[in-house]
Amino acid sequence: MNYVFQFGDVWAARWDLLWGSWLTIQLSASAMVLGLLVAVLCALGKTMGPKPVRWAVDCYIEAIRNTPFLVQIFLIFFGLPRAGIYMSSNQAALLAMVVNVGAYATEIVRAGIESIGRGQIEAGLALGMRPLQVFRYVVLFPALSTVYPALSSQFILLMLSSSVVSTISAQELTATANDLQARTFRSFEIYIVVTGIYLVLSLLFTGAFGAIYRGVFARPGARA
Amino acid sequence: MIRQFGPSEAVFIIAAVRWTLLLSAIAFIGGGIAGLGVALARTAPPAWLRRAAAGYIQLFQGTPLLMQLFLVFFGSTMLGTGIDPLVAAAIALTLNAAAFLGEIWRGCIQAIPTGQWEAATALGLRHLPRMRYVVLPQAGKIAIAPTVGFLVLLVKSTSLASIIGFVELTRAGQIINNVTFRPFLVFGLVAVVYFVLCWPLSRLSQMLERRFGTVRR
Repeated sequence: MNYVFQFGDVWAARWDLLWGSWLTIQLSASAMVLGLLVAVLCALGKTMGPKPVRWAVDCYIEAIRNTPFLVQIFLIFFGLPRAGIYMSSNQAALLAMVVNVGAYATEIVRAGIESIGRGQIEAGLALGMRPLQVFRYVVLFPALSTVYPALSSQFILLMLSSSVVSTISAQELTATANDLQARTFRSFEIYIVVTGIYLVLSLLFTGAFGAIYRGVFARPGARA
Repeated sequence: MIRQFGPSEAVFIIAAVRWTLLLSAIAFIGGGIAGLGVALARTAPPAWLRRAAAGYIQLFQGTPLLMQLFLVFFGSTMLGTGIDPLVAAAIALTLNAAAFLGEIWRGCIQAIPTGQWEAATALGLRHLPRMRYVVLPQAGKIAIAPTVGFLVLLVKSTSLASIIGFVELTRAGQIINNVTFRPFLVFGLVAVVYFVLCWPLSRLSQMLERRFGTVRR
């Protein structure tokens, strides 16, 4: 092996890589928030909705969970414009990520909702709350607290899989690395560094999720 | 010149599923063997072995599979001889699957009640025989359902091999889409083929989980 590592080009592009990391954080965080919203609505529909809604949510979950993320991205990015819906690659990437993580998170949130005792819900109804109020004040918070670890690892998987959206030239960390690779041909050095950055990002997200848990669910007086 | 999407295009896509299946099979078998090693190391008595296995798992679960693919693919070029995308994808997916299966099976091994371990120790079994005759047979039963579930993830992961140019199902779809410009039809078909592969496995995993999901104490 007569290969000489040269990290000079990577170092020269450090600000680009930092900016790429920030874009990945932004994209992932937006997809997590919107995905959680989708998941809570779908889980509500699946546990309390009428039969057609439950069936539709089931179809959505099965369709997403049994096909690759990459194919979902292609369907959204190349398919939707043919149907007259035009998006930038970053919008398509965000949409694909939300649709994807929404399906996985729905199953997680549903499991949390089903772990809430029947008595809790009946007590809420007996107090004169409407079903949606019971969901909002009695069910949702403890349910999310129960499934929080599963949700956060799903979100970290989402952040890692966001590297795939570089295939539709959405701007994020992997796309930055690909551009740099095309300019300098230092592929191995670049991808080693970027892999390291992803590792740091996943540790950062793990830390942030821990802080959020302590701030929201584990503080004294939290309803859980 | 735009080609029509006809039966031969559909056959081209569907026939490419054999490469997806081949890649999945290689990664599953290789990852299974290496994963067993990782799981055993993760639960072994020496602390350094446990830490090394934990580091391996963290490394592969904390970085994108796409980066692992790129590193193997471009890394082999660095060693002088470029390798076939199939070989690169097989290596990267095997290493990745080993980390995931290792972590899944560690959970299954640790789910075996302490009484079983203690009873085996009391009978004079040392670590390896204890694993072989007492713990693993029981852990294997609860491992079936999550392992089948992981197989679904693995089949879907093989789609990333298309990015380094290996012509499997997704890449076949891209090739056809580039000449026919029928993205909904093409990627719809690709998605349906993946669904046909994965959905039965998902159902099987759910069924197995109901059957073997709990440890009998």
